[in-house]
Amino acid sequence: MKQDTALPDRVLDPAGDGIIRDRVVRTIYSHAEYIAARTVKPADTRRVDWDGKIDDILTSRWLGFPVMMALLGAVIWLTVAGANVPSELIASALFRVQDWLAGLFVRAGLPSWAEGFFVHGVYRTLAWVVSVMLPPMAIFFPLFTLLEDLGYLPRVAFNLDNFFKRAGAHGKQSLTMSMGFGCNAAGVIACRIIESPRERIIAILTNVFVPCNGRFPTLITLSSVFMGGMAATAYGVAAAAAAVAGMVLAGLWVTLVTSRVLSKTLLRGMPSSFTLELPPYRKPQVGRILVRSIMDRTVFVLGRAVTVAAPAGGIVWLLANIRVGEMSVIGLLAGTLEPFGRALGLDGHILTAFILGLPANEIVLPILIMSYLSTGSMASLDSLEALRVLLVEDHGWTWITALCTMLFSLLHFPCATTLLTIRQETKSLKWTLTAALIPLAAACLVCFTVAQAARALGLC
Amino acid sequence: MLSDRLPTEGIRKKFNITKKSSGQKVVALAGNPNTGKSTIFNALTGLRQHTGNWPGKTVIQTRGTFSYGGSSYILVDLPGTYSLLASSADEQAARDFLCFAQPDATVAVADATCLERNLNLVLQVMEITSRVVVCVNLIDEARRKKISIDLEELSAQLGVPVVATAARSGLGIAELKERIHQVAFGKLTTNPRRLVYDPEIEEAVSCLEHSLKALIPPGVNSRWLSLRILEGDRTVLDAMREYSSKISYGREPAVETGHCPAGSRA
Amino acid sequence: MQEMPLSKLPLKKRGVVTSLSAEGMARRRLLDLGLVPGTAVEAVRRSPAGDPTAFSIRGAIIALRKEDADKITVSLH
Repeated sequence: MKQDTALPDRVLDPAGDGIIRDRVVRTIYSHAEYIAARTVKPADTRRVDWDGKIDDILTSRWLGFPVMMALLGAVIWLTVAGANVPSELIASALFRVQDWLAGLFVRAGLPSWAEGFFVHGVYRTLAWVVSVMLPPMAIFFPLFTLLEDLGYLPRVAFNLDNFFKRAGAHGKQSLTMSMGFGCNAAGVIACRIIESPRERIIAILTNVFVPCNGRFPTLITLSSVFMGGMAATAYGVAAAAAAVAGMVLAGLWVTLVTSRVLSKTLLRGMPSSFTLELPPYRKPQVGRILVRSIMDRTVFVLGRAVTVAAPAGGIVWLLANIRVGEMSVIGLLAGTLEPFGRALGLDGHILTAFILGLPANEIVLPILIMSYLSTGSMASLDSLEALRVLLVEDHGWTWITALCTMLFSLLHFPCATTLLTIRQETKSLKWTLTAALIPLAAACLVCFTVAQAARALGLC
Repeated sequence: MLSDRLPTEGIRKKFNITKKSSGQKVVALAGNPNTGKSTIFNALTGLRQHTGNWPGKTVIQTRGTFSYGGSSYILVDLPGTYSLLASSADEQAARDFLCFAQPDATVAVADATCLERNLNLVLQVMEITSRVVVCVNLIDEARRKKISIDLEELSAQLGVPVVATAARSGLGIAELKERIHQVAFGKLTTNPRRLVYDPEIEEAVSCLEHSLKALIPPGVNSRWLSLRILEGDRTVLDAMREYSSKISYGREPAVETGHCPAGSRA
Repeated sequence: MQEMPLSKLPLKKRGVVTSLSAEGMARRRLLDLGLVPGTAVEAVRRSPAGDPTAFSIRGAIIALRKEDADKITVSLH
């Protein structure tokens, strides 16, 4: 306990009613008024209030939500449509390098395990992460930053606040969620803007329901393959974008439900006072935003690919190739988890990939591919079509499998970096564990329900 | 003067400010949210901190360096706040830095399009430290909105230098650096507007200030601290314990109120 | 002259703050926004979800939830 509570109240605020504070604030504001009156010649009030006119549309009773949906849809549609071609280009280039590297290992007379570890483990994971993650993120983030710089995010908070209030959460939680798109660890740190400890913890615990940089591309890839028919047609792109937007909305919905449940149970309490400024719209510096955020994202994605994905790729290759009896280690793991995975609409390999993907969500898909490949054989995987063949024809995925995998990706436990950040920010092991267990429970519950419902209805 | 400086250096270390050379000056950047404070930071340091348009964007204190007139400066970007009085975590951080780390100069950024609201914070900053340069930013937007500001009169009223800037286009940044330089090196003496409160408050402050002076490091603003204590701000006592070697943690600061006339406890 | 809580101030109408009943941190926050007695406030727009409401206060647009606006009394001219 801090000692100052022992100080007699007559010293601190003798009258005990905050009256001194009121007088102080009033005095300061009267000075401000006095000075402003002598130095500022106010704007002509007949001028058109453009900010007001824009807000009349963006926060209007009828158009506020449709415009928000349309903007979300448009951003995701542009991302899906724009990422496809550069992704394939990067993939084919990087996989040509893989063949060349493999040849190099052979010519140098190096043992086959070395080629496997470095080329099929480390390099292939790196190539995958870069080709799958980079293009969508280099498109999504400049667009998102554009909206942020315009000043649209506070309007989103304004529109959605009532839902957060009813969930017992803080209105600024929508701002911290927005930061989660970049990285959940950043979103967790952003929760510092929430003053009340109770609502801050709620925001921290639910931030993971926003698909981060490492999961967004996974959602896009699976949507493109399963919902968008390779996103080869305009209709396919639209369908894939709709599926991803649906995931974002599902994340929002789970956030609200979880916040409400927490407000009624572990973190009981009333929403605290909330003020939100709707700043004037600013003309964004488009050129600079494009260059900056593309560069920033590129550095971020490449950095994570080299520091996390590449080593993890090596380790996973070992797990996929070290044999215990007939089976690889990863195969054993997958076999153990198979019944549980099936109940959730997944399979043992998918569940294993999520568990081994704890260090970084970027590597979940590469781990899964490597894990599948260790049981079959396939030279390279440089297109969505090759991925479709692997998943559907070799491993029996249906669109329900894809949907459950996407939902599990959206809702499951946060990555190790985020968990460490939560530990730092809350200084509590209890909340860190809770931050892992709540999403895990949500993911299992939702996937189980979807899978069983689909089965009962005979959809798969 | 040397004995005067040593404790401040010690306190600054607690804020993770380590100077590269003894001549390096510490400059703080304060301001309301959405005043383009981060843009000013970028314009001064050449760093490229991302600046979003929503309140509370700067959640982590950012720092950078710049050189001007042959001297080097450490620039500390304080969290954007409406006030230094409400004692939220970010306001405390800003307040403690200004009060205890005693920056050599503080840039108070104000939004030209709504000056009156921003003057509230500017006046509060000036109440803590006299070494202030007021930066009236977004002057281009104000002009577009046909708002005109008499900068000379503003400077006369505030008693500190005022610089108009449009940080995004770099307008006024050179002048801002010059003013920072002048204030930090004492080449320009400021005479900040003094806020006088009701007589009862003033009386209580002066007798609290008297006993407080012995307890705090030299240079720390005893009038400002007295006002906060009088208001019932408990967090400022924590800060005093943390940054004052004379008050060891866990012990009550011996704030004497006994000899004050009873009438002063309004 | 008619007094009412700020939350009841009709959209596009202006009122002048007469008193605050909020306490503690909430009161400090409201004061810091410039909601001291005598300040003119205009209700500008309401969220499509019905709450909060945005008010024009000393040149800035600030959104307040109904629960907070309830604690501010304004007089309507």
